[in-house]
Amino acid sequence: MKQYRTHCLVCTGTGCVSNHAFDIKTALESEIIKQGLKDEVTVIATGCNGFCERGPVMVVQPENIFYQELKEKDIPFLVEEHFLKGRPVEKMMYVPPKEEAVIPKMSDIEFFKHQLLVVLRNRGRIDPEKIDEYIGYDGYRALGKALTEMKPEQIIEEVKTAGLRGRGGAGFPTGIKWGFCEQAEEDTKYLICNADEGDPGAFMDRSILEADPHAVLEGMVIGAKAIGAQEGFIYVRDEYPLALRRINIAIEQATEYGLLGENILGSGFNFKLNVVRGGGAFVCGEETALIASIEGEVGRPKPRPPYPAQKGLWGKPTNNNNVETWANVPQIILRGGGWFASLGTKESKGTKVFSLVGKVNNTGLVEVPMGTTLRTIVFDIGGGVLKGKKFKAVQSGGPSGGCVPESLIDLPVDFEKLTEAGAIMGSGGLIVMDEDTCMVDVAKYFVEFLEEESCGKCNPCREGLKRLKEVLTLITQGKGEAKHLEMLDDIALLMKEASLCALGATAPNPVLTTLKYFREEYEEHIFQRRCRAKVCKDLIMYRIIAEKCTGCQRCVKACPTEAITGPRSQPHNLEESKCIKCGACYEVCKFDAIAGDAIYIE
Amino acid sequence: MEFTKEEKQKVAHLRTRYPDARSLTLPLMWMIQKREGYVSNEAVDLITEELDIPKIWVDEVRSWYTMFSEEQEGKYVLEVCSNITCAIMGSQDIIDHICKTLKLKVGETTADGMFTLKTAECLGSCGTAPMMQVGDDYYEMLDEEKVNHILGDLGKGKKYEQQPQEWVEYK
Repeated sequence: MKQYRTHCLVCTGTGCVSNHAFDIKTALESEIIKQGLKDEVTVIATGCNGFCERGPVMVVQPENIFYQELKEKDIPFLVEEHFLKGRPVEKMMYVPPKEEAVIPKMSDIEFFKHQLLVVLRNRGRIDPEKIDEYIGYDGYRALGKALTEMKPEQIIEEVKTAGLRGRGGAGFPTGIKWGFCEQAEEDTKYLICNADEGDPGAFMDRSILEADPHAVLEGMVIGAKAIGAQEGFIYVRDEYPLALRRINIAIEQATEYGLLGENILGSGFNFKLNVVRGGGAFVCGEETALIASIEGEVGRPKPRPPYPAQKGLWGKPTNNNNVETWANVPQIILRGGGWFASLGTKESKGTKVFSLVGKVNNTGLVEVPMGTTLRTIVFDIGGGVLKGKKFKAVQSGGPSGGCVPESLIDLPVDFEKLTEAGAIMGSGGLIVMDEDTCMVDVAKYFVEFLEEESCGKCNPCREGLKRLKEVLTLITQGKGEAKHLEMLDDIALLMKEASLCALGATAPNPVLTTLKYFREEYEEHIFQRRCRAKVCKDLIMYRIIAEKCTGCQRCVKACPTEAITGPRSQPHNLEESKCIKCGACYEVCKFDAIAGDAIYIE
Repeated sequence: MEFTKEEKQKVAHLRTRYPDARSLTLPLMWMIQKREGYVSNEAVDLITEELDIPKIWVDEVRSWYTMFSEEQEGKYVLEVCSNITCAIMGSQDIIDHICKTLKLKVGETTADGMFTLKTAECLGSCGTAPMMQVGDDYYEMLDEEKVNHILGDLGKGKKYEQQPQEWVEYK
């Protein structure tokens, strides 16, 4: 293998690609040739680096210099300065919010400093489309160990020792689940990798498949050996084209290397892997619905028992795990269950990948040991709330989860603690909300999402969501009544008790947690007809504060309905009957330093 | 309507993969949607015949999964994520802006058949919200100006600036 003095690791995850990372890569390559450095500097396209917010990003090794928000036109300068003259370019380095000094090294940046990478260990350092690079970082060593040195029960025992729990949401112990399937007496058994990620705010499964697809494959072959499966299916949601591409390439390469298919590594063990493309239905992330979908049916959940471990895909014992769960397996086998169990908290072991999104400065994927506090995640790694606004809540666990308020910001995040708070771990989406977010509106949002995605099979979920939506809509329209709060509680309880699958049973969670922690906002909507976040249009009114208005006419131009009138340099008039409350005037006025808050919402 | 020779080979390959013909419903429907842009009634008949299963099984798959469309759509289908993260980051403004620019409503297609506007549930690109997906491409951190560029470029039949990734075809 050729040696280079400098490696440019250009992130080609979806976020950076949509900001033209491939153009950057091409520009770098041609500039390096142009400046005669092609034998010294190499460019590598890697999976998601995690810091999507600053994309396109690149890390230069061995110095560990982190460059962000790269532009094609700056590349010649960068190549000349850094690679030819040895002067890293400050202009393209990271500056923390509200500070001025740059932080050149990736390892010194707060976003990366608090993270511990197990599942994402290869992110940003290997080319996910090259199996050799995965192998170069201990890839497929765990598989070799599992196939040649371990019996199936030993593999399962190791996973049990590790205390690994399902990363898809429910947190069921993986080793125990494998044990059920292993004990099922059938010759044909199947394995499934659930990559039908759909929780709003979560995208770790997509990123893992994009950044390190071989880790998932390796985990699956090890799992197949443990339970005795001969065939596996990866069910990927259709909206993930890059993930689909990379997993297909990985399967092709692994098959070519004899790490998949017949007689793997000469051990006599056979395992075949297929990719199934989903049809765009959230409920297919539920395992019985997912199985129905692979069988070619519409994805409606089925009652359990029988559990898939006894009767799953085509009636055969089937074991289903989430992408992140599978990606943990090789590390557990390689480094031992004891090592994994030393990370995390008493009940929740290892690390968890979270997608940190919403009103936070540094959005992206973060991996931290279980038990890390929300404060560390949101404020240290995330760099706090956008535009210096006030933090209000973190939504965890998608539509089955809930909103955790500021009073619980020091909560150590693990399966138990989040459940106690009324939210759930879910797949790991953390949506940060600030003072401009209306919690009733958030609850309505999730209910609308679930109403859309409910399969409609059982009554409590189908009807319950419809009624929840009706009540929440009335409240946000200013037509709320005192009895509505009680109604929300009643419907929610009924859905929890009586729904067929987890989608329905957990659907009221966003309503219940917002009612629990933000009841005063509901009450303000109902009794005072007031929305403090100024989101619910029926409850707000725009007016111009005459003393502050300088008559700049920016709002006059911005108003789409000609509701604002008035000559230049004189306070403007806002005609309420014409106002559609679009907020356009408020936006333009806010940016005007002279006029200040001339337009005020109350 | 018929399968092409190449498609027939794929069908034969897929049959070896699944123990049950019904499992081919989604893959075959993908094949047709990819070729035609939508799944017509004739396509449902074709799949029904090929797999020799009740027609209702095929029909319900088409109507149940959101990714299959029953009608011809625009050349570019703009799917703007309207889920919670994008919503709090301003996706409604993006949707309104597209409606205004293209003079259509959500779910409609422009008269020249170039664009269809749809909203989508979470597309897993929340770190760079608001975003939309057009075909296989993600367009992220949208603002009105960026949307204008994208629509302008797509309208001229080219991708917004360059999107050099070409996905390998699904196998």
